[in-house]
Amino acid sequence: MKRDDIPLAGLAPAADTVTPAAAPLVHLQDVHLSFGDNAVLKGIDVQVRRGEAVSIIGPSGSGKSTVLRCITGLLRPQRGEIVVGDTLVHTLHTEAALIALRKRVGFVFQQYNLFPHLTVLENLVIAPTRVVGRDRAEARNEARALLDKVRLSHKENAYPGELSGGQQQRVAIARALAMRPELILFDEVTSALDPETVGEVLTVIRDLVKDGMTCVLVTHEMRFAEEVSDRVYFTEAGRIVEHGPAAQIFGDPRSPRTREFLQRALGEGPRTRETPASPPLAFNQLRFAL
Amino acid sequence: MANDAVLGRAPARRAAPGAAPGLPAAWRLVGNPWLITLAAALAVVAAWQATGTTPRAVASLWQWLPALLRGLWVNIEISVLAVALGTAVGLVFGALSLSPVHAVRVAVRCYVQAFRNAPILVLIYFTTYVFPFEMHLVQWTFPFPDWVKVVLGLALPTSANVAEIFRGAIQSIPAAQWEAAQSLAFRRGQIFRWVVLPQCVRRMLPPWMNLYASITMSTSLASLVGVHDVVDTAQIASNTVARTDFTILVYFTLLALFFAYCYPIARATRALERRQATTGPTP
Repeated sequence: MKRDDIPLAGLAPAADTVTPAAAPLVHLQDVHLSFGDNAVLKGIDVQVRRGEAVSIIGPSGSGKSTVLRCITGLLRPQRGEIVVGDTLVHTLHTEAALIALRKRVGFVFQQYNLFPHLTVLENLVIAPTRVVGRDRAEARNEARALLDKVRLSHKENAYPGELSGGQQQRVAIARALAMRPELILFDEVTSALDPETVGEVLTVIRDLVKDGMTCVLVTHEMRFAEEVSDRVYFTEAGRIVEHGPAAQIFGDPRSPRTREFLQRALGEGPRTRETPASPPLAFNQLRFAL
Repeated sequence: MANDAVLGRAPARRAAPGAAPGLPAAWRLVGNPWLITLAAALAVVAAWQATGTTPRAVASLWQWLPALLRGLWVNIEISVLAVALGTAVGLVFGALSLSPVHAVRVAVRCYVQAFRNAPILVLIYFTTYVFPFEMHLVQWTFPFPDWVKVVLGLALPTSANVAEIFRGAIQSIPAAQWEAAQSLAFRRGQIFRWVVLPQCVRRMLPPWMNLYASITMSTSLASLVGVHDVVDTAQIASNTVARTDFTILVYFTLLALFFAYCYPIARATRALERRQATTGPTP
């Protein structure tokens, strides 16, 4: 189901706007994962419905990125259930089964991880043509449309090394979209960017959410998470401490741990709120401020 | 040392056309050190010709030069064949050194370490005496000439070095590239073919060219096992002419010939490295 009740920027929808009967697209239950003796996930439950944007917030090292890697089968939990659509991810063992899953799930990395030897356009075309076997001309047209969507059509022949961090990250988002996924996972996609370019990437994600793409975001951009998410999960030390509608988590957190975390995250160094109407401050304007 | 001095000048000369656009092209040509050297040499030869005072050693060298160049061609043939063979074998061994089977990795590791750390002269003697001078196959007899043995002797260290260059290039591709390709639903073989290998080729090219230059220089050892290469020709020439000044001159010529062949390769390698450093992959 597509969402058509998207509120304008800044307001998260109330919990009851999502039909409770909708079967979740992503369902994690009691997921445990440890690297050696180091238990990273200690029983994670997450549900994401189709067309929903869900943010996972929490302190560093609380296992947020690990949850995303489990969903797309890059990591295998020791215990628990992971279901994406009708696929039982925790039971997949063959490469072919994992590939069938990954064709449906896009992943955007903190460090972009574009292919440096290919042009921007080739980065978008290679997976649809080599993996799905889509027609090359068709894939190129679609790639151009996606580059237009992330406002980078003028860079299609550039190499990733010639782009800024924000531009590379937008290409990475377009690359994930080129596979026509049902779901996209964003792993701290703005953490490696300088503040100048964070806004342009968030704008792209905001557009995707408005288009009804199912998104799971691990982020440190609290204001953005509040604005764009339907629901928010707060994790700490491998457990979900609290979850609920964005307005409730940010406006009236029930757990004292959540309250404390948000106070620190939002209190220190208030970030400028990104809305489509107010583009990020230009660099030369910043110099005046100094 | 002369090598370094010229290399050091290279970027400055590259920048010159942009820095001084008003300078006439002819003037810039006059400043070229290679042209100056060439012009000076021509002037000296012309002076000798005009006055009839060409030194005997130089005249003999002129006589022997075609033979020396034919000898150099043998060296070049040997180096090309040895590096071609060594590269083919080395790529296979490099791939095997990443095998999931432990025994294979250990075996390849032994091969690589043994032949990377062996003196090339010893390897050439080794292949010369290990292989027979002719081979019998059913009723046919094949000769096994010395130059083939030298090719094999040089291909051994080449393959060991190429295996190491290849392994290093594969392992230098960040794990994140594998993860990114996996998340795009690539199979393992596809990641290797479409993502990792193309990036490796770019990284391997400069060290591979260095290796080629060093193997070319080692072909001079071929004369020790009876191959009629440029060094062997120089020895024959020096014995025939039997003049000390000619002997000195002929070995200087040898140095110049090897330099003229290997230096452009070194320059091209540096140019490649520079280009990769500026526009190349920056993961």
